[in-house]
Amino acid sequence: MIINHPLLGPRDAAEFIYKGDASLIDRPDGMAEGALAAFDAYLHLRDNPAGLHRELWYHEQGDRSWLVVTRNTLTHEITRVELARDVARAQGRGR
Amino acid sequence: MTQPFRLSGGQIDRSRLVRFQWNDRWMSGHPGDTLASALMANGVRLVGRSFKYHRPRGIFSAGTEEPNALVQLRKGAAQEPNTRATTVELFDGLYATSQNHRGSLEWDLLAINDLLAPLLSAGFYYKTFMWPAKLWEKLYEPAIRSAAGLGRLSERPDPDCYVHGFLHCDLLVIGGGPAGLAAALAAGRAGLRVIVADEDFRLGGRLNSDREEVDGQPGTDWAKAAVAELIAMPRVRVMPRSTVFGAFDHGIYGALERMTDHLRQSDGKPRQVAWRIYAKRALLAAGATERAIAFGNNDRPGIMLAGAVRSYVNRFGAAPGRRVAVFANNDDGLRTADDLRAAGIEVASVLDARTGAAIVDTRGRKALRQIILADGTRIDADCLAVSGGWSPNVHLTCHQRGRPVWSDRISGFVPGGVLPPGLSVTGAANGTMTLGAALREGHVEGSRLAAELGQRPAKGGPPVAADASFAVTPIWHVGASRARSWVDLQNDVTTKDVTQAYQEGFRAVEHVKRYTTLGMATDQGRTSGLLGLGVLADLSGKPVAEIGTTMFRPPYTPVAIGAFAGRARGKAYRATRLTPSHDWATETGASFTEAGLWMRAQWFARDGEAGWRDSVDREVMMTRRSVGVCDVSTLGKIDIQGRDSAEFLNRVYANAFLKLPVGRVRYGLMLREDGFVYDDGTTARLAQTHFVMTTTTANAAGVLRHLEFARQCLWPDLDVHLISTTDSWAQFAVAGPNARALVSRVVDDLDLSNDAFPFMACAECTVFGGTPARLFRISFSGELAYEVAVPARFGDAMMRALMQVGAAFDAVAYGVEALGVMRIEKGHAAGGELNGQTTARMLGLGAMVSDRKDAIGGTLSRRPEMQAEAGLRLMGFRPVDRTQNLMAGAHFLTQGAATDTAHDQGWLSSVAWSPELGHSIGLGFLLNGENRLGERLRAYNPLRGQDILVEVCSPHHLDPEGVRQRG
Repeated sequence: MIINHPLLGPRDAAEFIYKGDASLIDRPDGMAEGALAAFDAYLHLRDNPAGLHRELWYHEQGDRSWLVVTRNTLTHEITRVELARDVARAQGRGR
Repeated sequence: MTQPFRLSGGQIDRSRLVRFQWNDRWMSGHPGDTLASALMANGVRLVGRSFKYHRPRGIFSAGTEEPNALVQLRKGAAQEPNTRATTVELFDGLYATSQNHRGSLEWDLLAINDLLAPLLSAGFYYKTFMWPAKLWEKLYEPAIRSAAGLGRLSERPDPDCYVHGFLHCDLLVIGGGPAGLAAALAAGRAGLRVIVADEDFRLGGRLNSDREEVDGQPGTDWAKAAVAELIAMPRVRVMPRSTVFGAFDHGIYGALERMTDHLRQSDGKPRQVAWRIYAKRALLAAGATERAIAFGNNDRPGIMLAGAVRSYVNRFGAAPGRRVAVFANNDDGLRTADDLRAAGIEVASVLDARTGAAIVDTRGRKALRQIILADGTRIDADCLAVSGGWSPNVHLTCHQRGRPVWSDRISGFVPGGVLPPGLSVTGAANGTMTLGAALREGHVEGSRLAAELGQRPAKGGPPVAADASFAVTPIWHVGASRARSWVDLQNDVTTKDVTQAYQEGFRAVEHVKRYTTLGMATDQGRTSGLLGLGVLADLSGKPVAEIGTTMFRPPYTPVAIGAFAGRARGKAYRATRLTPSHDWATETGASFTEAGLWMRAQWFARDGEAGWRDSVDREVMMTRRSVGVCDVSTLGKIDIQGRDSAEFLNRVYANAFLKLPVGRVRYGLMLREDGFVYDDGTTARLAQTHFVMTTTTANAAGVLRHLEFARQCLWPDLDVHLISTTDSWAQFAVAGPNARALVSRVVDDLDLSNDAFPFMACAECTVFGGTPARLFRISFSGELAYEVAVPARFGDAMMRALMQVGAAFDAVAYGVEALGVMRIEKGHAAGGELNGQTTARMLGLGAMVSDRKDAIGGTLSRRPEMQAEAGLRLMGFRPVDRTQNLMAGAHFLTQGAATDTAHDQGWLSSVAWSPELGHSIGLGFLLNGENRLGERLRAYNPLRGQDILVEVCSPHHLDPEGVRQRG
C-alpha cells in the first residue's frame, strides 16, 4: 500500500503504524456527567463499514505525523489523507 | 556422450557441451537447454513418481505448468526439492535426482499404492485409518507422514543469500511474448519508463516454440531483435528469469528474479532478488496455458501437451518420441503434426476429438507404447501430443477483486470483474489467441498507455503476422474410458474422484477442489483446473460458465521463503542496539542479554566465580556496601518542551504534575485509556518549559507514539514539542552508600549535600571539567543513588572515568541481573508486574491516580470492577523453608483448598535470591493481599514441578521506610 502523506508525498505503508478508527480523536470529557459510559463507548464501540473508513496511521519511520486516512475497505483505495491535527482542530479540539 | 533424441535446429548453442548428472549418471546437453529438454534429448522418459499412487511419470509440459517432472536439484545444503525440470536452465555440473520413490525410480516400492487405489480415493483421509483410534498416533500418522510429500528438504541452513530490491516504472509489462514485446516496444519508443519481466531465460514466449513469422522473418528472430532494441533504450529495463508473482495494492507488484540459479555457483552473489515494483501502469501479457484431455491411463510417460511437443521440437531440438500420435479438440492438432513432420518425426495418427475420435486407454508401464481408441483400434506410438485448448493466464487479474468470466469463443476463462487498478491485459492472457491479433493488441495497448501517461505515441504500426485458425470445441474427457482417467496429474485426482465428490454432495467448485485436492498442488491446477470443471459441468448438466472457477491467489509460482526473508536472517533479522558502554563491558568480560533490540550487560564475571549467581550476589553486595555503577542508557528518554509541557504531562500521567518545581524529578504513572497501567518512569523538570521523561526500555517507542497521538489528535493546540533523545544521552546509575562521594568527584561545582540536592533533585551541570551533563537523584535500587547523563559520544569515556574514580571506593559495575535483584528487594514494579493486565490499585499505587483531573485512563480506572476492595494486590513473598527457592509463575492456593483454577489466589510475578537477606524473595499479586500479611500459602507451579509453602510479606523486602535513598 502507498499512503500519500500530505507533507511528504507518496510513502510506502511499511513506514506507518496503524492505530484504528479515526473516531479515537473524539475523546470524551472525563470530568463531565456520564463520563464512564462515554469512555466505554469511545473505547469499545466501532462501526465496521464495508466501504469508506476513516482511520489513524502514524508515520513512525518518518516525520511522526498522525494521519487520518480515508480508505475503502472493499478495494483498499485511499481517497483522502489528512493531518490528524487538522482534522482534530476542524472537529473543535483545541487545548 | 550421445544424445540419441537430439534433432537439428532449435535455439541451443551446439558449439558447446554442458555436462550434468541425472540420478548420478553423467549426461550432456547444450546451453539453451532446460533440464527437461536435455533429459529428453538423452532419451530419459521416466522422470518421477506421482504423489499418491507412485505411478511412473514423464515430462508433460515445457514450462511452469509442469505437474510431473519435479526433481531435487543440487545436493547438500543447497538441495532444493520439487523443482520443475521444465524451467531449470541447464548449467555445467548440474546435479538432479528424481524424488518421491522408495528404492529406485524404476522399481519404486511404494508403487503398491497404485494397487490400493480403491482405498485412496477422494477424501480417503476422512474415512480410513479411523479404527482402532489408538493406532493413529503410533502407526497410521507416522506411516502416512513418511510416505507423503514429494522431495526432501536438506534440513540444513540455506547457504545462499537473498535480497530485496525496489524498482519504479511507468509501465510494467508482465510477460515478454509477442503481445508483451509489441506493447513494450510501443511504450518504450514513446518514451515511457518500462520494465519487461519474463519468467523464461529467453524472451519471446510462443514465438520461440512455434514456427510463425513476424514482419516477414522467423518469429524467434523478430523477438531477438525486439529484445535488443528494448535493451538499447535507456529508460527500459528487460528482466529475464523474473516472475511477477503478485499484484498488490496501489500498483505494487512482487517479482522474483533468479540471479544465479542458472550458474554452477553463486560466488557470493544473491541467489534471488525479491523485487517490489512500483508501477503507474501494468500490462499483463502472460499468455495462455494449454490444457489436457482426460482419458484412460492418460498419465503415462510420453503423453504430453501438444504445445510442449512443439517447444521441444522447435525450440530445443529434442524429440519427444520417434513415432508420435496427436489428440486434440482444436486446430493445434494439425499444427503439431506439421511441425513434427518438418522435423522428420513420424506422425502415427492425428486424432481430432471434434470429429468423434476418442482415446479410451493406453499401454506401456514406464513409457507409452500404444494407444487404444473407442472403436478398439490400437495405434503404436511412443509419444502422444494432447491439446484441450488454451486457458488465458488470468492469475494476476484475480489477486484483488477480479473474477474471470467464461468465453465460449475460446472455451476458457478470460479476465473479468474489477481488475487491480492500473492493470490491463493483452494478447493471449486476454483471450486473443492468434499471433497477428495479439501483436496488434499489444501495440495498441502500449501506445494507449503511453498517451494516458502523457507521452506522444511513436510513429509506426504494429508488427505484422498471420492469424492462424484457432477453433476449439470444449471436450474435456472421454466418457467412454473405463480405465482411470487423470484430471490432476500432480495430486493424482481422477475423473472418478471428482464424480465421487459430486455424488457425496460436494457441488460448489471450491468444495470439490478441497475435498479432492484437485488443483491444490504446487502447479495450482494450471493444466487440470478446467478439466475438473468440465467433469463437474457434465455431472450437473450445467455449462462451465455457471460452475465458475476457483480463485487464484499470490504467488503465481512458488517463491522460496528465503526470498521473502531477504537479508533479515539470524542476527540480521532485526537491528542490534549497543549501549554507550558496550565496548568497555566487552573488555571487562561482561555476559550480555537481549532486551528488545538492546544488548545489555547481564553480569561481569570475575576470576574464581563458579557461576552467574556468584557474580550477581557480589555485584549486589558491593553496591549495597559501597557503590555500584550501571549503564541505564536503554531507558527511553523523551525531551518535552513548550509553554504547555506541564499541562500536557498532567494529562498523560495519572498522578499530578502541574506543580512539579524546576530542579525536581517525579515518578510518573502512565495509564492506557482503558485504565490499566501502560508504563512508568521519572520525569525531570529542567526549566519552566523543559522536561525530560524516561520510559521503560521496552515501551520507549510506544510511549512516544502515544504522546504524539495525545499531542496531535487530542489536544492539537497545546504548545508542546516532543523528541526522542534515547540515543543522544548516555546515562549511568551510581548507587550505594558511597554514591555521593563518588559523584562529587565527578561533577564540577555542584553542592551535593542532602539539603542542597535532596532525593528527587535534578540539575544540568558539567562533569570532569566542562563536559555537559545532567544529574538526577533517583533510585531504582533503594540505595542513595544518582543517575548522571552525558551526551552519548562521551558515554564510553564516562563509564571508564566513573570506574577509575570509583576505584578509591572499590566501586563495582553491575549488570541487569543485579539491577533486578535490587529492585525486587526494594519492591519496585517492573516488566513482570507492568504486563498490561495490572491496575494502579493492584500495584499499590491507587492513591496516585488523581480524580481531580481528566488524565488519560483516569475515568476508566475508576470502574467499580477495578476498584474492588478485596482485589489483587502487589505483595512480597518468601519461602517458609528459607532454603527453598521461589519460582516465578507459581500460583497461590490457600492451604487445604482444592488444587484448581477456581481456588487460584494470585501469582508470583518476579523472584530473586537476596544476598542481603540470605534467602529467596519474590513479588506477586495476591487477592486481598494487604490484609493477609504473615499468612502461609501454597505456591504451586505444575509446569516446573514445584509446590512449596510461602509467607506473605511487604513487597518492600528491604528498607521499607526509604531511609537509604533519602540519606
